[in-house]
Amino acid sequence: MSTFLGMPALPVYGTGNLHAAESFPKAAHRELGNAQLRANLGHATHTIRDKRLQVVSELPDWEQLRDAGSAIKESVMARLPELLEQFEANFTARGGVIHWARDADEANQVVAGLIRDTGETEVVKVKSMATQEIGLNEYLEEQGIAAYETDLAELIVQLDHDKPSHILVPAIHKNRSQVRDIFLREMEGVDPELTDEPARLAAAARAHLRRKFLTAKVAVSGANFALADSGTLAVVESEGNGRMCLTLPETLITVMGVEKLLPTWQDLEVFMQLLPRSSTGERMNPYTSLWTGVTEGDGPRNVHLVLLDNGRSAALADEMGRSALHCIRCSACMNVCPVYERTGGHAYGSTYPGPIGAILSPLMTGIQAEENSSLPYASSLCGACYDACPVKINIPDILVHLRSVDVDSKRGTKKIPTQMDVGMKAASWALSSGKRLGLLEKGLPLGRLAAGPDKKITKLPGIAAGWTQSRDIPAPPAQSFRDWWAKEKDGRK
Amino acid sequence: MRIALFATCIVDAMYPATAQATVKILERLGHQVVFPSGQACCGQMHVNSGYLKEAVPVVANHVAAFDTDDYDAAVAPSGSCVASVKHQHPMVARSCGDAALEARATAVGSKTYELSELLVDVLGVTDAGAQLGSYFPHRVTYHPSCHGMRLLKLGDRQSRLLTTVQGIDLAELPEADQCCGFGGTFSMKNADVSSAMLADKTANIAVTGASLCTGGDASCLMHIGGGLSRQGSTVKTLHLAEILASTMAEPASVTGEVRVTTGKATR
Ligand code: SF4
Repeated sequence: MSTFLGMPALPVYGTGNLHAAESFPKAAHRELGNAQLRANLGHATHTIRDKRLQVVSELPDWEQLRDAGSAIKESVMARLPELLEQFEANFTARGGVIHWARDADEANQVVAGLIRDTGETEVVKVKSMATQEIGLNEYLEEQGIAAYETDLAELIVQLDHDKPSHILVPAIHKNRSQVRDIFLREMEGVDPELTDEPARLAAAARAHLRRKFLTAKVAVSGANFALADSGTLAVVESEGNGRMCLTLPETLITVMGVEKLLPTWQDLEVFMQLLPRSSTGERMNPYTSLWTGVTEGDGPRNVHLVLLDNGRSAALADEMGRSALHCIRCSACMNVCPVYERTGGHAYGSTYPGPIGAILSPLMTGIQAEENSSLPYASSLCGACYDACPVKINIPDILVHLRSVDVDSKRGTKKIPTQMDVGMKAASWALSSGKRLGLLEKGLPLGRLAAGPDKKITKLPGIAAGWTQSRDIPAPPAQSFRDWWAKEKDGRK
Repeated sequence: MRIALFATCIVDAMYPATAQATVKILERLGHQVVFPSGQACCGQMHVNSGYLKEAVPVVANHVAAFDTDDYDAAVAPSGSCVASVKHQHPMVARSCGDAALEARATAVGSKTYELSELLVDVLGVTDAGAQLGSYFPHRVTYHPSCHGMRLLKLGDRQSRLLTTVQGIDLAELPEADQCCGFGGTFSMKNADVSSAMLADKTANIAVTGASLCTGGDASCLMHIGGGLSRQGSTVKTLHLAEILASTMAEPASVTGEVRVTTGKATR
């Protein structure tokens, strides 16, 4: 791969909220015990899943759109350095200021510095995955700067001192009555008679947010797309709160991952069809805001963009994993994922949950980052994510690739090989010869013995114990197919 | 046609009746079946668990067993193993830099079919009852496995064949396209999540009132059957090949008691 601006010779791995603190199976075990979470999630993902299928089926050229989206992203990754330079030149020419950040710390410092220069201690925020990723809110709080989330779901999560569990619907794990309780507890000046009616809840949030919109001098946003040929940034949202933040304050600071670039305005057309349908199941996006630098007498006077690497160059350097950077954060993969549906987003430990998180987080942090190495195994490889992904990221293949990177990275580093290592080695020996497998199958009657009179095996030792936790194994047959064939068919000739 | 049977390791060792049924079906259609004796396994378990190096000899063995002109097409009664042969074998060969193996693996893959694919696309079976004499008077529900459905794009080939079995009462499985949670070593590494997925699958099966759940992958059926057995359910699992091979004169044998339901012809 070629190098791009500011890129060091060795990959810089991502820091911030990308690391799982505990292994996926452990975290999943805990989350699975939360019946409320599972009920909320099951309901929400099924609703949005059906809606997506419906609106996608309306487009006769959906597959071609996916191909186009995938091809555009592939070309972006192939010439990222050049596009970034083009973007920088255009953005700067229109009065914007660009800052480069290698990792979460650098990005946080840049943003805090810019806010400090304005003399403000309060900022309003547009929902942004990049700032979640770098832990900006927490960092600003340490610096004495209060960041107010203005996206409704993000606001709910923030008020509850919780973490988002879904990239599009951060509060997907909460239901209406939980939201009402949070508002009553945490929102200043809220009506004590508040009910859990969606309209009443929205009105309460609206009153709360309006005060913030009208007083804030600084806004922080993410960006969904950046157009290289014009130096334009785009934010796509559904509530209009984003538009308030992007137009009212004097200073606008955007934090964006370098992979969000698109070559031209025209390319946006493809993604404006793919994104809303894949994410919210809507035909068209309600609020799309685009801005190009500073405009005389209109909008923010100071426009900054922090271009974030934070492990993206490391992901780009992985030939098989590179396409994970095509992700447009639509969340379709998590909404169809059977694993996500049952564990929720917190089990993944990173800002990016679900199938894309299971590959993106370890790619960005490096597989060596201890608990992140458990993420690529958090999938049954059913392939539903690949089918749903609007930019055709082959998530199952990348999962398998990362598993092999993990296994290889641990080869020879362990004093004692794991049961899995030993088992796989033995199985490789047995299964690489018809003769050897045939000989082993002569032992099948032993398995029948172990199964006992009710013809099932109910307890296995070691790593296989996971299987017998909820499943039996049938007694093996008296004779393998191979033996039957040798006797019945070959013998006959 | 001369058709090479790839029995797959699970079927060979645990479900020989499925392979025998496959042979029966093909012979009944007038084809000759050969069994390359060097075969063992597709290596999917190794690949999917990240043990690519250990997968190499397994893949090489499969390619050696099937890389002959001795047959016109190879068939396996398993979507996931066929997907592995087609998609994973060339990738494994590439990973160890063996271009010759990659080319041979690709050639073997292009001649390998999943059972329903071979029956419908190559052998022109459109009516199992009429062409194979398939007769199975039970209420059955069908689970389409992920690899067949998504990797091989089998579409409705399997269920179309099932609907043409005489006497069958095919009950639609709610959320049929949801993974059963097997996923090979996933069922052990993430046993809790896998069990939760299985519980939903078996609950959906119970809703159908079927006495049997069928499908095209022995491994998924072993998983689902293992869960049903643990839950004390009377519902059994049976491979699609065995239902297709079942005739009035020679009915499929199902271990354990099967609630015989009055079958209705579905045509
Ligand atoms: S990986 Fe694909 S489906 Fe998942 S969030 Fe990204 S773009 Fe959407």
